[in-house]
Amino acid sequence: MGKSITRDAAPATGERASRGNGRKRVIDVDHLPVLARGCAVLGAGGGGDPLIGVLMAREAILRHGPVPLLDLDDLPADGLVLPCGLVGAPTVAIEKLENGGEGVRLVEEVEALTGRTVVAVMPFEIGGSNGLIPLTWAARLGLPYVDADGMGRAFPTMPQMTMNLAGVSSSPCLLADERMNTLVIRADSVSWTERLLRATVDAFGGAGVAALYLMDVETARRATVRGSVSRAMKLGAAIMSGEENPIDALVGEVGAVELIRGKIVDVERQVTGGFVRGSAIVEDAVDPSRLLRLEIQNENLAAFEDGEVRACVPDIITVLDAHNGEPIVTERLRYGQRVSVIAFPGPDIWHTPEGLALVGPQAFGFRFSYVPMKDGDGRAS
Amino acid sequence: MAARADLRLGIDVGGTNTDAVVVDRDDTPLAKAKAATTTDVTTGIAAAIEIVLGELGDARDRITHVMLGTTHATNAVVARQGLRRVAVLRIGGPATHSVPPLVTWPPDLRETIAAGAMVVDGGIEFDGAEVAPFDADAAAAFLSSLSGRVEAVAITSVFSSVSRRHEVAAEQVARAVLGDVSVSLSHEIGTIGLIERENATVLNAALMGVAESVADALDEALGRHGLAPAKYFAQNDGTLMAFEYALRHPVLTIGCGPANSMRGAAHLSGLRDAIVADVGGTSTEVGLLINGFPGESSDVVGISGVRTNFRMPDLVTLPLGGGSVVIAGGDGNGDVHVGPDSVGRRVTESALVFGGSVATLSDAAVACGRVEMGDQMPPPDQLTALSAAIARSDAMLTDAVDQAKIVRGDLPLIVVGGAGFLVPDGLPGVSTVHRPPHHEVANAIGAAIAPVSGQVERIVHFGAGGRAAAIEGACEAARVEAVRAGADPERTEIVEIEDAPLAYLTDPAVRIRVKAVGALRFV
Repeated sequence: MGKSITRDAAPATGERASRGNGRKRVIDVDHLPVLARGCAVLGAGGGGDPLIGVLMAREAILRHGPVPLLDLDDLPADGLVLPCGLVGAPTVAIEKLENGGEGVRLVEEVEALTGRTVVAVMPFEIGGSNGLIPLTWAARLGLPYVDADGMGRAFPTMPQMTMNLAGVSSSPCLLADERMNTLVIRADSVSWTERLLRATVDAFGGAGVAALYLMDVETARRATVRGSVSRAMKLGAAIMSGEENPIDALVGEVGAVELIRGKIVDVERQVTGGFVRGSAIVEDAVDPSRLLRLEIQNENLAAFEDGEVRACVPDIITVLDAHNGEPIVTERLRYGQRVSVIAFPGPDIWHTPEGLALVGPQAFGFRFSYVPMKDGDGRAS
Repeated sequence: MAARADLRLGIDVGGTNTDAVVVDRDDTPLAKAKAATTTDVTTGIAAAIEIVLGELGDARDRITHVMLGTTHATNAVVARQGLRRVAVLRIGGPATHSVPPLVTWPPDLRETIAAGAMVVDGGIEFDGAEVAPFDADAAAAFLSSLSGRVEAVAITSVFSSVSRRHEVAAEQVARAVLGDVSVSLSHEIGTIGLIERENATVLNAALMGVAESVADALDEALGRHGLAPAKYFAQNDGTLMAFEYALRHPVLTIGCGPANSMRGAAHLSGLRDAIVADVGGTSTEVGLLINGFPGESSDVVGISGVRTNFRMPDLVTLPLGGGSVVIAGGDGNGDVHVGPDSVGRRVTESALVFGGSVATLSDAAVACGRVEMGDQMPPPDQLTALSAAIARSDAMLTDAVDQAKIVRGDLPLIVVGGAGFLVPDGLPGVSTVHRPPHHEVANAIGAAIAPVSGQVERIVHFGAGGRAAAIEGACEAARVEAVRAGADPERTEIVEIEDAPLAYLTDPAVRIRVKAVGALRFV
């Protein structure tokens, strides 16, 4: 697979918005609470609180109108897709809010740089706030939102995207801040992109926006996790409509295993190398001798019971409030919470040997290899 | 002066009752009173003062301090009454435009309070640099456009917890342009989280008039008895603010009731680490005492539909009280519903044991021998349902006690409030149950004995001195804050140190929050 960024391609011939074959889906302000819950579920405890994304997207949609949600099949094959999102510390993002125009700036720069027209905005990370923030830019630009992303969940670094696996170059990577300071990184590898990007984000003041892995629609069709946005909306809808039992509704919708339902009896956290690492222990509500240990590094990475791995990355482990099914981010875990811990498979592409090398347990420093998640009876599911 | 001047008057305005108590230098209660809370709040306060001073007699002249915990501020926001018109100035451009000020507010409250809102360039980065230079001209133009239409200004800069310099500069602009208006600065009000802190700052500005009228009303009520003590307001963390400080920070009084009752429970029982259950007529609040102070919620707290980031006592609220209505299931097999309906204060007319017709948790407690009250036993055909109700109540309490803990292990339980008899002498997860004397006015005692506090929050990179130096610097700043608020420097201690890492940054930065509290300085 070659690098798919072409600078000599003709301007996109397709219309900017939907080609409109049949299903016309839009994201309006009423959809945001549902999408936010789904993004939080797919965030596996990380990716930042989606609330700030809801507020930003809401403002932009109220001002500029709803955003069409398009499948990659409904976009012109030679159109340019902009995978983008916020990078940096969630704590900074809730204090120094975005200008809102950063994404517009990214598109202007990309179009000037490539001589091509961006036909759609795609979240590079569906999990957490990044599933929503690029909607702000799509609304402002009058561009559709692509029903796909580059992770199918949340991960901490830029190499951990499906576009990387598919051989799409991470360069040029464009960064912007609220002052419209803009930087283009042309790096020799994605790990250099990551390194330069982090240094730039620190210089920006701890948060900025990025676009990378620029690709045409045809490439995106094979290089992304398809249907991520509509999946998030389905998961959010399951929680919000499952009044009596939102957890069962969600488990049914996503095909998850409920690893345990009980109480958090211990939480331990520390900072090492810029990451929040720690663990949490959940005691079963019915059988207190059953304990589940969650290993955390920004996201929930693995769940152990009796020394055995019940679930691990790249599968998605999410902690839900046992009463209302609301996802709980790792920063908010605390003793005494009544929770349900669910696990469901991450995107298939992450289960390939190449995928596991990037996002499997060993990529996060664990010594064990990936094992498929197991239900309560120890059966692999 | 012949008589010693060493008494303090604590007043707590609750939803049902306004309680007052007088304590001596050793914090021992000398007199206590309960009056009904009135709609205007002030009348109830005057009544409670009247009664408690009557009980105290001549010693009233020895009162040197009065501490008031009141729901005035909450009521004003809920009723949208007595609120000032506010100019809302945010300093954060070119950042933060994506979410303009007040967009998350209920529209009618926004209409009532906000005369105008604007984002001007400026603000601070987490490392202390500037997002942009503060645009004083834009701020002046905005404020002068509202001249004559605003009574208060709310100023919020990005990362004002790192440096307040842009907020202070903007305050000078506001005074130059608008003259003598009240100004509320966000670094004095809230923590990190721009939207929530800005919201709280705007509420604070709007409430300054309410605070002034409470102060005047209290002065008048005390003046009627020839008293002019030093005055303090209780705040949501169980500590006090001097009146002059409270007049600038009225929003901090919201949520002081539960904090007072937990602090009162700590004092009356002598326990520093315990669970507190405050059992009233309609509901029970269960919270954790850590080192003598209420454990605080880490979640966002809404005030009348407005998101704020106040640290409120972290409470589990149960629909259990002395007046909670018990309804037996149809099949008579012991299935019952308990609450949330309650006969409240009318329990002494409505409950079965008082000859009424409503089965309540008080009846259940009598039937199970936990208390003696009323003039008759509940009818035998109700006994199954009543004992099922008390079992349900015990199970809910057990669950709440466990949820209130932050670590495993048994803790003592302090029971306060008028219907404390509902709580049994033993519960799973509880080592011992304490029912201290005067527990029914624990909240007013909590106000009377409260210390003053100082709090700082900073974002730091661990420099040459490392973590220890960074934390020590924050502790010293918190002590200075506490002393400035009226604490005795000799008796001021650090009660809370919290440091939380900022995730996803290569150069680790840490947010440190420190609280110091000290006993009141007597003059």
